Amino acid sequence: MSNEAVLHTPSSYAVHDDHAHDHHHHETFITKYVFSQDHKMISKQFLITGMVWALIGGLLSVLFRLQLGYPDSKFPWLQDLLGKFWVEDGRITAQAYYALVTTHGTVLIFFVLTAGLSGTFANFLIPLQIGARDMASPFMNMLSYWFFFAASCVMFSSLFVETGPFSGGWTAYPPLSALGQASPGSKTGMDLWLISMALFVVSTLLGGLNYVATVLNMRTKGMSMTRLPLTIWALFFTAVLGILTFPVLFSGFILLIFDRNFGTSFYLSDLYVNGTVLPNEGGSAILYQHLFWFLAHPEVYIVMLPAMGMVSEILSINSRKPIFGYIAMVGSLFAITCLSLLVWAHHMFVTGLNPFLGSIFVLFTLLIAVPSAIKVFNWLTTLWRGNIRFTPAMMFAIGFVSLFISGGLTGIWLGNSALDIHLHDTYFNIAHFHLVMGVASFFGMFAGVYHWYPKMYGRQLNNTLAYIHFWVTMIGAYLIFWPMHYEGLAGMPRRYYDYSIWESFKQFAELNRFISTVVIIVFATQFLFLFNFFYSIFKGRKATNPNPWGANTLEWTTPIHPGHGNWPGEIPEVHRWAYDYGKDDREFIPQTEPVGANESHH
Amino acid sequence: MTTTTYLVIAVVALFFLVIFQISKAAEYVSVLKGEEQSRKQTNKVNAFLMLGFMILGLFGVWYCNHLLYHKTLLPLESASVQGERVDSMLWVTIMITGSVFIITQILLFWFAFRYQEKENRKVFFFPHSNKLEVLWTVVPAITLTILIIIGLRNWFYFTGDAPDNAMKIEITGRQFGWIFRYPGKDKTFGKKYYKLIDDADNSLGLIWKDNAAMNLKDDPATHDDIITESTVYVVKNKPVKLIIGSRDVIHDVGIAQFRLKMDAVPGIPTTMWFTPKFTTKEMQEKTGNPNFQYEISCDQMCGNGHYSMRGVIEVVTQEEYDMWMIKQKPKYFAAFPDKDPANKKDSTVTATAVTPK
Ligand code: HEM
Ligand SMILES: [Cu+2]
Ligand SMILES: [Cu+2]
Repeated sequence: MSNEAVLHTPSSYAVHDDHAHDHHHHETFITKYVFSQDHKMISKQFLITGMVWALIGGLLSVLFRLQLGYPDSKFPWLQDLLGKFWVEDGRITAQAYYALVTTHGTVLIFFVLTAGLSGTFANFLIPLQIGARDMASPFMNMLSYWFFFAASCVMFSSLFVETGPFSGGWTAYPPLSALGQASPGSKTGMDLWLISMALFVVSTLLGGLNYVATVLNMRTKGMSMTRLPLTIWALFFTAVLGILTFPVLFSGFILLIFDRNFGTSFYLSDLYVNGTVLPNEGGSAILYQHLFWFLAHPEVYIVMLPAMGMVSEILSINSRKPIFGYIAMVGSLFAITCLSLLVWAHHMFVTGLNPFLGSIFVLFTLLIAVPSAIKVFNWLTTLWRGNIRFTPAMMFAIGFVSLFISGGLTGIWLGNSALDIHLHDTYFNIAHFHLVMGVASFFGMFAGVYHWYPKMYGRQLNNTLAYIHFWVTMIGAYLIFWPMHYEGLAGMPRRYYDYSIWESFKQFAELNRFISTVVIIVFATQFLFLFNFFYSIFKGRKATNPNPWGANTLEWTTPIHPGHGNWPGEIPEVHRWAYDYGKDDREFIPQTEPVGANESHH
Repeated sequence: MTTTTYLVIAVVALFFLVIFQISKAAEYVSVLKGEEQSRKQTNKVNAFLMLGFMILGLFGVWYCNHLLYHKTLLPLESASVQGERVDSMLWVTIMITGSVFIITQILLFWFAFRYQEKENRKVFFFPHSNKLEVLWTVVPAITLTILIIIGLRNWFYFTGDAPDNAMKIEITGRQFGWIFRYPGKDKTFGKKYYKLIDDADNSLGLIWKDNAAMNLKDDPATHDDIITESTVYVVKNKPVKLIIGSRDVIHDVGIAQFRLKMDAVPGIPTTMWFTPKFTTKEMQEKTGNPNFQYEISCDQMCGNGHYSMRGVIEVVTQEEYDMWMIKQKPKYFAAFPDKDPANKKDSTVTATAVTPK
């Protein structure tokens, strides 16, 4: 039967109105690939833009690690490549170093692990897994991507301004970020940074509102909330968190823009900068930190939750066994969402915060470790007595759990204010959040890409490249970040351009060289992934099995190349939860299969 | 670019090319051999590697500790009384999180290896168990409660009031250095106002003369205040209370050997107190490093010179401190040489002598 014939069987004709978008009007290149309103295309746009940013962000870290690892070496060729502003006398300048670190942090957290992760998988999976033709508002969805794209352009342009990009750290604390005279990076670079971030907030809100509306309203028949796959729950809570917190960040940025440009004193007081007395009195620099962390702590969970959701799904599918404790998994996602709104000041223990207030934040911060622990134990139990298939996605999912444990446990150290007073802003902190958030979320993202690639492009990735990619990245991640705990335990501060003048910290020169070398290798290995990804879009082996992993969820009931509207015929009805693997001697039972008469209950 | 650079690029490119070719070939072979079979083979290899990763990983954890432990602050006892508490808490936390780390990582990779796909394995359909879930909600909750209690007791001790006999020193951050002020004989810090700051002679903006325009009155308490830059002297076993401020952006007073730090925020003074246990000289012996110094590191990003914002705390005995203090002159006399009694005496003895500028 030809494709057309499948499309126009009588049953699909009956629901013609349901899929008005389906294959009827002609799509031009522009509407199909550029201003597309198809959630699948938008998700690929987010993914590829995210990958470009990941590449840039990674490259920036290679550059600043060159400085940290080889502070005495000269790189004249870098100077030829980048010019005087960045490299002088063959050495990366301090100004450039801080610009690199700042841009690295900003784009990885916001552009890659927020837009690239949520944007890709919320867009791709929500309609496909809940059984919807598209997002609630495809147009808003398209706008969400284009605001992100605009934000990207502005951020990218800041790399080329004369005074350099913003260089005060991704947290952008005023007064440093408010005053051009305090640092060259706080001049035009900071204006562009703020514009870019403001556009980014708009993008996130447009996307987030859409995700929430779609999950709440557009589930197919039978898809009750308790039958949702955990990916959807995770993406849903992520969107809720974003909607609640990004506006607060936005307000913080607005006040900062006012302080920078219109002479207000929200954050400024009693300043003598660069030889001049400033008129501002009565502001509070700490106010900004409250506004910032009210987003930026939940932000780390915005980065984490989608990865957790996808990992739950992938672990269960490839263990051929139901996820353990579905309700507890949803409950812990919910608990994390709520608690993450109540812990922001744990980033501010040493700002002179009222000690009593600090103690409340200690309490909530350590409380959040409980739902995190539940998740870890549930993942472990999901593996237990399974029948595990090590697909590339599964490898990354297992890697995720390992990294999440390693990084999560040190959160218990930092969350206890009396220890944080020692470890705050040292390399211990860098190790903690890179393991738990940076690398772990990246692993979640890789797992997602490897798992859903056949659905996205109808082709398969090369497995050998995928396994090499996994093992080098996994080993490399630990080699890079594990030893940093020791630097932190020596009190070595973060965001230092050069440690050689410090009697207390210079003993790590050799270690820093080692770490930088591993960074270069791991970075190079990512090209295996990039190559695999782009090569396979065009030349990968064609997927022949519409359900290659033997999964239960709805996206695998669509054709190998789903059109705009996803299902050619009627949207399937759902009869069960997504995790009937290994039940009653059946390897898997898709959600669309009605519950049998003698099926066992659990 | 040099030829070596080109060479390196060529070698790397070649290396990648080889990997791609091998990967492509592996794909063809698997298709020829039967995909299901080669998938099963790869599965075994990866299961084995998981186990290998765990074993090598645990060894690596030990080896890393072996290489780096002595470079941290942990082998030496803390150099402040407060830091002892940080350390003891740190050890309890290491023990707890360390055991959880080892147990969960072993379970993770062991399960991965043990339950790898096998022809006839029947998976255990195990969707939930209330007993287990309650268990791993309650046990972490209790453990964390213990850590919270220990932590908060220390926290309130660290952030509580300094003892009455504490020596008070003001420390002010600026891009990129530290300014210290002792209250002088009257034991009170004179008033200051940031608009009077002048790097030439009044780096803190002390109010030491009337200023009608700003409606300020000379504060005599400023006249004996002693100001030093970059190095500060404190006395062994005597509590020190730092009053922390900043002139420009946010900095942070971090003293790793004392296990403490506190932000320096413009416009909002903060405090921190500690009791040093060993003099700098004693520490030089204890560490075996003749160059040892208690360094104040700025721990909050403050601009392009952040990494070089170094201060030194010289911990000395009471006698040494007194000797040093006697030699210090209030900053007031540098700004107003004619008010300096030393200068006055000079000028009365030899009226014609030219006082050096
Ligand atoms: C077990 C739960 C966790 C606890 C108790 C915890 C606690 C903390 C604390 C107290 C800090 C501040 C440390 C300092 O600045 O000195 C911190 C930093 C950080 N954490 Fe976590 N954390 C946890 C999990 C996570 C997760 C899941 C993520 C990310 C998804 C994350 C990402 C970060 C980031 C990005 C920072 C650095 C912020 C900066 O720039 O200073 N943490 N964590
Ligand atoms: Cu946080
Ligand atoms: Cu600093």
